[in-house]
Amino acid sequence: MSEIVPPEVRPKPAVPAKPSHVGPSSTGIPSALGSQGSGVGGHGSGGGSALLGYIGIDTIIEQMRKKTMKTGFDFNIMVVGSSGLGKSTLVNTLFKSQVSRKSSGWSRDEKIPKTVEIKAVSHVIEEGGVKMKLTVIDTPGFGDQINNENCWEPISKYINEQYEKFLKEEVNIARKKRIPDTRVHCCLYFICPTGHSLRQLDTEFMKHLSRVVNIIPVIAKSDTLTVEEKNEFKQKVRKELEISGIEFYPQKEFDEDLEDKSDNDKIREAMPFAVVGSDKEYQVNGKRVLGRKTPWGVVEVENPNHCEFAQLRDFLIRSHLQDLKEVTHNIHYETYRAKRLNDNGGLHPISSATPSDTQESNL
Amino acid sequence: MTPGDKGSSCQGQFTNPETPGYVGFANLPNQVHRKSVKKGFEFTLMVVGESGLGKSTLINSLFLTDLYPERIIPGAAEKIERTVQIEASTVEIEERGVKLRLTVVDTPGYGDAINSQDCFSTIIAYIDDQFERYLHDESGLNRRHIVDNRVHCCFYFISPLGHGLKPLDVQFMKAIHNKVNVVPVIAKADTLTLRERERLKRRILDEIDEHGIKIYHLPDAESDEDEDFKEQTRILKASIPFAVVGSNQQIEAKGKKVRGRLYPWGVVEVENPEHNDFLKLRTMLITHMQDLQEVTQDLHYENFRSERLKRGGRLSSHGYILPLSPAKGSDPEEMDKDMILQEKEAELRRMQEMIAKMQAQMQKQGEGDGDGQHM
Repeated sequence: MSEIVPPEVRPKPAVPAKPSHVGPSSTGIPSALGSQGSGVGGHGSGGGSALLGYIGIDTIIEQMRKKTMKTGFDFNIMVVGSSGLGKSTLVNTLFKSQVSRKSSGWSRDEKIPKTVEIKAVSHVIEEGGVKMKLTVIDTPGFGDQINNENCWEPISKYINEQYEKFLKEEVNIARKKRIPDTRVHCCLYFICPTGHSLRQLDTEFMKHLSRVVNIIPVIAKSDTLTVEEKNEFKQKVRKELEISGIEFYPQKEFDEDLEDKSDNDKIREAMPFAVVGSDKEYQVNGKRVLGRKTPWGVVEVENPNHCEFAQLRDFLIRSHLQDLKEVTHNIHYETYRAKRLNDNGGLHPISSATPSDTQESNL
Repeated sequence: MTPGDKGSSCQGQFTNPETPGYVGFANLPNQVHRKSVKKGFEFTLMVVGESGLGKSTLINSLFLTDLYPERIIPGAAEKIERTVQIEASTVEIEERGVKLRLTVVDTPGYGDAINSQDCFSTIIAYIDDQFERYLHDESGLNRRHIVDNRVHCCFYFISPLGHGLKPLDVQFMKAIHNKVNVVPVIAKADTLTLRERERLKRRILDEIDEHGIKIYHLPDAESDEDEDFKEQTRILKASIPFAVVGSNQQIEAKGKKVRGRLYPWGVVEVENPEHNDFLKLRTMLITHMQDLQEVTQDLHYENFRSERLKRGGRLSSHGYILPLSPAKGSDPEEMDKDMILQEKEAELRRMQEMIAKMQAQMQKQGEGDGDGQHM
């Protein structure tokens, strides 16, 4: 279950939608509580259903924040793309730590795997008192063979297995207080910067998986494209994604209100982000920056004129991290669950010990 | 003919025509040179690599032309239908009176499909086809105007994004290294820092060794060449595979116009040897054009020819190519073998017919007796 329990529940529409709730990131209290609209801290006066004194309901935000900081939270990110596109470097750059082992360290003996492997590595990173258990799921071997047919199947299987695990825990009689969440919250798909168009493999993968997991396409190693080439390529990619009916995150259908929609529209216009990753620092104009040094200049990773890494990071971590988890939980997981329940006319004994049959009537 | 006569009749270019015993055939190379300049050169270059590696841009940069004026690049959906195509474009370039008829063979669709298992059979068939045609022409009656469309050199483009050669790269190069001179090229080299470039080159060379791929090796400079040339050859040999950047756009950099790519963080100059190996690739191609043609003729073509004729000898009645008029230019020994084989095949056919007749008879008898006795 999600770690944050909403203090109030809005009536859910028939189509699963994100419930809005008060989270540590939001700045306002829902107006149903009173006409005071903003901030933590009381106001004595106000029109309408004004409170006659300060109660302290707004301190709930603080309480939730403290709780979150104590429990920490999980985030699972999967990276998919052909080898050499800088996936591990980008993840390391995003989270400013060595959370992913770079495959450029492969020695002669470690060949490209013959089938797609799934490798999940977890680290606990901490910032500002908040602990995050970050799991990076790597997919070496994707797209590297001569015959890449169905190379997305192992990935699809893995994602569904995580949903299954969660489902099993959920239907247990004696449930854990906090079910360990190994579901994939976000899948970064790395597009090869050819400058021409998407490859067949890219569209096939995204078609198969955009209904199952949140896909965020990124243009890898974008320092190979000049500014015009980059814009042209982005336009082309967006058009192709539209033609193929691929809905990448943030999906249009899950936009709650106008504010969401306008924010997300701006982001959707800018996607896919053209990024460059690096874990080396260089001196530029007296500052130390992360970048890549070439004979003709230094590509600065965090310079918005050079690449869109900063935008991706802000989007992924600073504003939409929680949303990614919610969409995964409330939509993708629920879809899986509904399908599972409908398919077999209820949950079959997938787990041997639990008498899941008695649970059926409650479900 | 006295030495004096010969000496004075040829524009006095030789030192000491008065030397006794001087004949004057040292002038021969000049005569050859003049004739070949008049005739012009032919060169066929094949470019192979995945889409988006900058092959067309590089070819245009190398020869300072636009070989592909109206190019439409298909999107992913359209690419699904395509198999590998072979597109040959010919352009006549002239520089200082020397004419070069350059044919560039492009291979769009290579490596694009999800399943690239068969993508190079078309390419190999094309190469073999050119050899076949040349063999046919060479063995023909009129050998004056043989057009040489054989592929003299193949630039194989390696993606700079990987960690070395991909399985497809290895398979393809192994399939053609005995048919054509393979020159591996690292495309879009401005993606790499210098250190990454060195590492990639070493990795590629290691993998080429490991898989036994025979790439084209520059011939060592002769001992009588000057030091500069020897040094140049040494540098060229050490830079293989060449890491190149192509561009035909003129950018203003440091006050002068250069061909390059403009990035927000700097300008990559195509013709700057510190930025990439474009100049080296061009030098190699130009100074070794003759050698590439020779190796194609003496090694790859001869291999093909001997294989073909050996095979052809056993399949006599199935349309293999031998000289149209047997009397001219063929081995009398081969002719005899051929005749013997033809006779033997005719005999076999006769025997087969007889057996068929016997079987038919036995069948009829069997039906008549009521039990089908088949042997």
